[in-house]
Amino acid sequence: MAGILSLVQAAIVFGTVILFGAIGEILTEKSGSLNLGVPGIMYIGGIAGLAGAYLYESSVSAPEPLLCFLIALFCTLIASCLAGLLYSFLTISLRANQNVTGLTLTIFGSGIANLFGGAMNKMAGGVGQISVSTTSAAYRTTLPFFRGISVLSSLGVLVYVAVILAIVMTWFLNRTRAGLNLRAVGENPATADAAGIKVTKLKYIATCTGAAITGLGGLYYVLDYIKGTWANDGGIEKLGWLAVALVIFARWKPVHAIWGSYLFGVLFWLYFYIPGLDRSSQELFKMLPYIVTIAVLVISSMRRSRENRPPAHLGLPYFREER
Amino acid sequence: MEEKTAVIKMRNITKSFGSVLANDKVWLDIYKGEILALLGENGSGKTTLMNMLSGIYYPDAGQIFMGENEVSIRSPKDAYDLGIGMIHQHFKLVDVLTAAENIILGMSGKGLLDMSAVNEKIRSICSLYGFDVDPEQKIYDMSVSQKQTVEIIKVLYRGADILILDEPTAVLTPQETDKLFAILRNMRDDGKAVIIITHKLHEVEELSDRVAILQRGRFVGDTLTKDTNAAEMTNMMVGHPVVLNIERPEPENVKERLRVENLTIRDIDGVKKLDDVSFSVGSGEILGIAGISGCGQKELLEAIAGLQPAESGSIFYIDTKTGEKEPLIGKKPREISAMGVALSFVPEDRLGMGLVANMDLTDNMMLRSFRRGKSVFADRKSPRELARRVVTELSVNTPSVDTPVRKLSGGNVQKILVGREISSAPTVLMTAYAVRGLDINSSYTIYDLINQQKQKGVAVIFVGEDLDVLVELCDRILILCGGKVSGIVDGRKTDKREIGRMMTSLGGESSEQQA
Repeated sequence: MAGILSLVQAAIVFGTVILFGAIGEILTEKSGSLNLGVPGIMYIGGIAGLAGAYLYESSVSAPEPLLCFLIALFCTLIASCLAGLLYSFLTISLRANQNVTGLTLTIFGSGIANLFGGAMNKMAGGVGQISVSTTSAAYRTTLPFFRGISVLSSLGVLVYVAVILAIVMTWFLNRTRAGLNLRAVGENPATADAAGIKVTKLKYIATCTGAAITGLGGLYYVLDYIKGTWANDGGIEKLGWLAVALVIFARWKPVHAIWGSYLFGVLFWLYFYIPGLDRSSQELFKMLPYIVTIAVLVISSMRRSRENRPPAHLGLPYFREER
Repeated sequence: MEEKTAVIKMRNITKSFGSVLANDKVWLDIYKGEILALLGENGSGKTTLMNMLSGIYYPDAGQIFMGENEVSIRSPKDAYDLGIGMIHQHFKLVDVLTAAENIILGMSGKGLLDMSAVNEKIRSICSLYGFDVDPEQKIYDMSVSQKQTVEIIKVLYRGADILILDEPTAVLTPQETDKLFAILRNMRDDGKAVIIITHKLHEVEELSDRVAILQRGRFVGDTLTKDTNAAEMTNMMVGHPVVLNIERPEPENVKERLRVENLTIRDIDGVKKLDDVSFSVGSGEILGIAGISGCGQKELLEAIAGLQPAESGSIFYIDTKTGEKEPLIGKKPREISAMGVALSFVPEDRLGMGLVANMDLTDNMMLRSFRRGKSVFADRKSPRELARRVVTELSVNTPSVDTPVRKLSGGNVQKILVGREISSAPTVLMTAYAVRGLDINSSYTIYDLINQQKQKGVAVIFVGEDLDVLVELCDRILILCGGKVSGIVDGRKTDKREIGRMMTSLGGESSEQQA
C-alpha cells in the first residue's frame, strides 16, 4: 500500500512537469504552430527561474519566501515567453520551417541553460552545487487544506496550478470568442483572415503564451522536482519530449492531458516499484509512455474521428497572398 | 430605373496585378431591391472587381461611393461594417466547427460565447428566408449546398444588405439551383441588393433584373435583362459574335470498346463508393456521366485507369478489330495506359492530379512520355515540341514553355492537362470536369477537341458538372446516384430536369434503361 501511494505521488510530481509542457504546447498548436522547442523552452524557463532565485538569495541575508517565489516565477515567464517570441518571429513573420526552428530552439535552450547552470554551480563553490533552499521550500509548500491527505501531503503549489490551468485552458478554447477564433486560425487561417480575425497577432499571442506556460514546467522541475539545484544531465530534455508526446496522447484536449500526464508518470516510475528488475529490463519499462503514445496514435487514426485530429493547418506557414 | 438611386457607385476603378491590368476604369452602379448579374469571361475581372467591394483587394485608383459618401474598404471587416458581404466561390468555412461557430467567427462581441442565443438568431434568419440548416451541425457533415447556405447566413447574420455571390451555382444540382434562386428572389423582395457573378447566360436570363458586362477588365455596359438576349450578351462579353451551339456529330461506326460489369468499389472506410455498376462505351461516341459530386465518378474513372482496386465486378477492353476481350482489372496503371486508355481528371483545385505545379510546361508533358526513351537520359526535345504545339493549338496564355505551371491561370492549366492527354493518341479518353471554371471560349475549344477525338473513333467518357453541356454534347448519359447507376439516357431525347431528378433519386421517373 505504501508502495502504491509513493508511486502515485511520484507520478503526480513527474506528471506536473509534462502537464505544463503539454498545456503550453496545446495552446501553441491550436494556433497552427508546431513548436518542437518544448524541451528548449523548459530549459530556458528552468534556468531563468533558478538564476533569478539564486541572485536574490545570495544578495540578501534573510530571503523573503514570497519574494523568492515571485522573482523565480517572473524570471521564468519572461524568459520562456522571449523564447516563444523568437520562435514566432522566425516561423510566423519570416515563415521559416517550423520543425527546423523548433528543433534548433531545443538545442539552443539546452545549451544556454547548461552553460549558465554550470557557471552557477562553479560560482557556488564548495561542493560545486548551487542550492536555492528558500525558494525551493516556497515552491514545495503544501496548500494548507491538503496537508491531512496522505497522497497530497507533500505536493507543491504548482501541482494545483497545472491542473487549474488545464481546466481553464479547456474552458477558454471551447467557451470563449477568443478561443473560437484561435481554433479557426489553426484549422484554416485563410478563412479566419477573411472573417476579419487578425491571424498573425493571434498566432504570436498563442505561441508566446504557450511558451510561457511550457516554461513553468522547467521551473517546477528545477525548484520542486530536483529541489532547487542544477544538474547537467539532460533530465529536462527527456521530459520535454514526453510533453510533446502527451499533446498527441491527449488529442489536443487539455483536460485529457491531466490524467494522461499522471498516467505517464505511473508508467515512467513503474520500474522502480517492481522488484527484481535488472538494469536492462528497467530500460524496457521506461519505454512504456512512448509505447502508449504510439498505441493511442494508432487507435485514434483508425477511428478517424474528425474531432481527434490535430489542427488542420498545423505546421504550415500562412501567407495571405499565396494562391 | 430613373426613380431608383444607386446604393453603391463604383467609379473609374482600376486594379492591376504586376503587369496584368485586371480592372481598367470600371463604372458600376448597384441598386437595392434588384438582382444584378455580373457577366464576363474568365479573367475579365469580375471577381477582382467584387473583391474590391468586399475588402479582399484595394483598388489602385478610382472611388467607391456609398450613397453620397466616398468610402474606403480596406478589409473584409470594413465591408461588413458597410453591410457588404461576399460569398466566395471556394467556401471559407472551418470544417471541424459547427455552422453556428462558423457564422459568428471573427465577430466582435462579449468574450464569453452564448451559443444558444446565436442558434436562436440563426434559426430566425432561416425561417425568414426559407433556409434549411441546423446551426449545431458540423461543416464536414454537410453537402455542398448546405455549406453554401451557411455562407449566405453568415453574411446575413452580420447584417449585410448587399450580397455578392461568386459563381454560386457551379456546384449545385438544378433543383438546388432553383431553391437558391428562390431564396435570392426573397432577398431582393426584402429590399437587399444581390449581385451574382456568373458566366452562364441562362442563369442571367432566369434570375437577374439587370446585367452588367465586363470584357477584359473593361466595363462594356449594363442593361435591363428583359431588354436583351443571349446572343447580344455574348457578343458584348466576347467582343465578337459567337455561335452558341455545341456541335454533336452523329456517332459513326460505333463498336463496343470498353465494358464495365457489376463493378463494386469500397473506400478505405469500407463505404461503398460504387455499387454494381454496369455499362459499355463504344468507339466514336461520347458517354456522359452525371451525378452530384462525390457519387463515385472519380472512383469509376480511377478503376478503369487501374488506380483504384475493385471489390468485385470486371472491366473489359475490347479490341474493335478482332473483338477480343481483355480484362483490365489486375493490370498495372502503366499497362492500361499503354493500351490507349487515357485519363484526364481536373479536380476542384485543378493542380491536385495530373500536373506538377512547380514544374514547367515541358516537364509536365514529359510526365507522360519519359519512359519511352531508349537511353538512360530523358528525351526533352519531343515533349518540348509537344508543349509548343499545345500552347499554339489551344492558345494557352503563357510567357514560355519554361514557365512553372503554378504561375498560369486556372483555365490555361486545364488546357495543358487536357491537351497532353489528347496528344497521347488514346483509344479511350476519360475526362472529368474538363471545363471546370473555364469561360465560354475556352470551353468551346475543349468541346471541339473532344468532338474531334470522337470522330477519330475514340471512345470518350465525359464526366461533367454542367447538365446543359452534358445534354448538348453527349450521345448517351449515364447518371450515378449514390454510387449506383440511376439510369442511362439518350442525350438527344432527354433534358436536364430529367437528369437532375435521376441524380437525386434512383431511377428518376422515366429512365430509359440501355445495356
